[in-house]
Amino acid sequence: MKEGVKQKNAKLVRILVFVVLGMFGFGYALVPLYDVLCEVTGLNGKVESAAVKEVSYEVDKNREITVEFMTALNEATPMVFRSEIKKIKVHPGEYYTVNFYAENKTDKVMVARAIPSISPGAAAEYFKKTECFCFSEQTFKAREGRTMPVRFVVNPEISKEYKTITLAYTFFDNTETSVK
Amino acid sequence: MSAVVAEHDDHHDHGPAKGLLRWVITTNHKDIGTLYLLFALAMFFVGGSMAMVIRAELFEPGMQFVNPQFFNSMTTMHALVMVFGAVMPAFVGLANWMIPMMIGSPDMALPRMNNMSFWLLVAGVLLLASTLFMEGGAPASGWTLYPPLVLQTGKALPFAIFSVHLLGISSILGGINIIATIFNMRAPGMTLMKMPMFVWTWLITAFLLIAIMPVFAGAVTMLLTDKFFHTSFFDAAGGGDPVLYQHIFWFFGHPEVYVMILPTFGVASTIIPVFARKPLFGYSSMVYATAAIAFLSFIVWAHHMFTVGMPIAGELYFMYATMLIAIPTGVKIFNWTATMWKGSMTFETPMLFSIAFVVLFTMGGFTGLMMAVAPADFQYHDTYFIVAHFHYTLVPASVFILMAAGYFWLPKWTGHMYDERIGQLHFWLSVVSVNILFFPQHFLGLAGMPRRIPDYAVQFADWNMISSIGGFIFGASQLLFLYIVINTIKGGTGEKVTGEVWEDAAKHSLEWTLPSPPPYHSFTTPPTVIPTEHM
Repeated sequence: MKEGVKQKNAKLVRILVFVVLGMFGFGYALVPLYDVLCEVTGLNGKVESAAVKEVSYEVDKNREITVEFMTALNEATPMVFRSEIKKIKVHPGEYYTVNFYAENKTDKVMVARAIPSISPGAAAEYFKKTECFCFSEQTFKAREGRTMPVRFVVNPEISKEYKTITLAYTFFDNTETSVK
Repeated sequence: MSAVVAEHDDHHDHGPAKGLLRWVITTNHKDIGTLYLLFALAMFFVGGSMAMVIRAELFEPGMQFVNPQFFNSMTTMHALVMVFGAVMPAFVGLANWMIPMMIGSPDMALPRMNNMSFWLLVAGVLLLASTLFMEGGAPASGWTLYPPLVLQTGKALPFAIFSVHLLGISSILGGINIIATIFNMRAPGMTLMKMPMFVWTWLITAFLLIAIMPVFAGAVTMLLTDKFFHTSFFDAAGGGDPVLYQHIFWFFGHPEVYVMILPTFGVASTIIPVFARKPLFGYSSMVYATAAIAFLSFIVWAHHMFTVGMPIAGELYFMYATMLIAIPTGVKIFNWTATMWKGSMTFETPMLFSIAFVVLFTMGGFTGLMMAVAPADFQYHDTYFIVAHFHYTLVPASVFILMAAGYFWLPKWTGHMYDERIGQLHFWLSVVSVNILFFPQHFLGLAGMPRRIPDYAVQFADWNMISSIGGFIFGASQLLFLYIVINTIKGGTGEKVTGEVWEDAAKHSLEWTLPSPPPYHSFTTPPTVIPTEHM
């Protein structure tokens, strides 16, 4: 092989290795990109993870939207978890409070986190929560049970096509990761 | 395979090392090509045996032979072995053998890296195979390795992930080597737009490989840290999202399926003109179509995830972008047809397999278009319809073309002619049985049979039985190919083949200007005349 070819090969390989490393990084860059994209567009039913300030909207008494509540436990999370009501008819712009009940069934302290999801996903940005147990991890003493409120409003700007919104919570047992 | 040293370049051609160690330490492109091809053939039978287990279990409703966990391991391992162990290495083997000869170079640009990428492949596949014997069994989540399901894999999970890393590094090294060879090792006068289509398709495929394999490596690394180091990339409890994995996976996964089909196109574009005795119709449009398909493959990934709950705008975008791929692909299909049009065609085994590829791949493409229609996909998603679709694009397309390539180049590689009668028998058995095997799966899918299940409702019984019978015939027929390969290496029909092998082949591509078998180092002095009949 001529020296010239060797040098050309070495240069090309260097460039291609940089491409490979760059693409490995790009794979990881997709993680924050995806989050940003979901937040900006409200895709995927991702809900804001912090409370919003309570502002007053003009209540639309002529419209009724059914809000359904779903509760679930991830895998074998040893808890009791339910909402006090299964669904409620709401007027857009009016504030409502719904209570959820969660109980630690073990004899140890448990740290758990509820992850919310809204469907249809595009309705998520119009569903505002001023108070929710899902904004932070919840610590339960052994056998402790507690009632926790969620206060929410549906923004009246929501498109007329939405008649039902489902709010689903899944409780995850994070004791192991939180203790560490 | 014996390497004959040609008389005219004896002064720096030292030939292969003696003994078995030759195959371990070799840096020769032909030796490594042979290793890749034989390894791929072996894995084709390993993956095929797994498919036989699947079809045997699905022969009748109810549980017959294996438990559901093992069944799901079989579908997962069948896919991983066939994709990463059989089809991809087979094409890398062809690239190793053919690219240096086609562009008039003595060897690959980076011979030692070439050796390393082959042995990393072997290590990766062995590591993957070892998971079958681990506590909790091999991965059973499907080849897509979706979390959270894949995180329930037993002891095998980290081994499967490291195996993916090794296979990825092997592919990346192979890709870098191919790009360097094509860019820097071409004979004088071999301009980019004079390269044979096979070289072009591999150049583009190699770029796909180095762009996507690192992304997949990243995705499985995230799975690994999610499982063992409490990260939460895909774990909803920590604020992650399992759907994110699907996006990253298919960003890799969609170009990955083109990694398996683009070289297929290249081989088809090589074989059809030789047996039609005409230049390839629309050479430059073939080049641009290949590049267009490769580009589009990066922007359509979410058509694999229409049912995850995307907003309507996303569904529409991915639907139309996906349909766009039919245009460059259609260009190719029409070009192959036009190449055959009014050609003086003869129907030797490689041509038969290539024609079957054009017809059956078109069918696989059309079912792909059906599923690109987002609202219709909600019905087809994760049913046997998708199984039928991608098997049509992989088995009677990629695998048939690999068979065609085998028949086409075996005489060149070995210097012996294969037995044409057995070749034709192999073709007809394969082409009939592959349709008995996969065509009924369209009906099963449209009727609602889900994929990846070991047992099913009784209304699916008849077509499953027919599909299984086709599967057994197809599987058994491939033993004929094994016989032909061994027989041809050992001397074949005894007929002495010329350097050209096929009539006027030397007008199409440089490898036919060399004797059969070619010298250990292909072109120690660059060729002076560049064939242009392929374009």
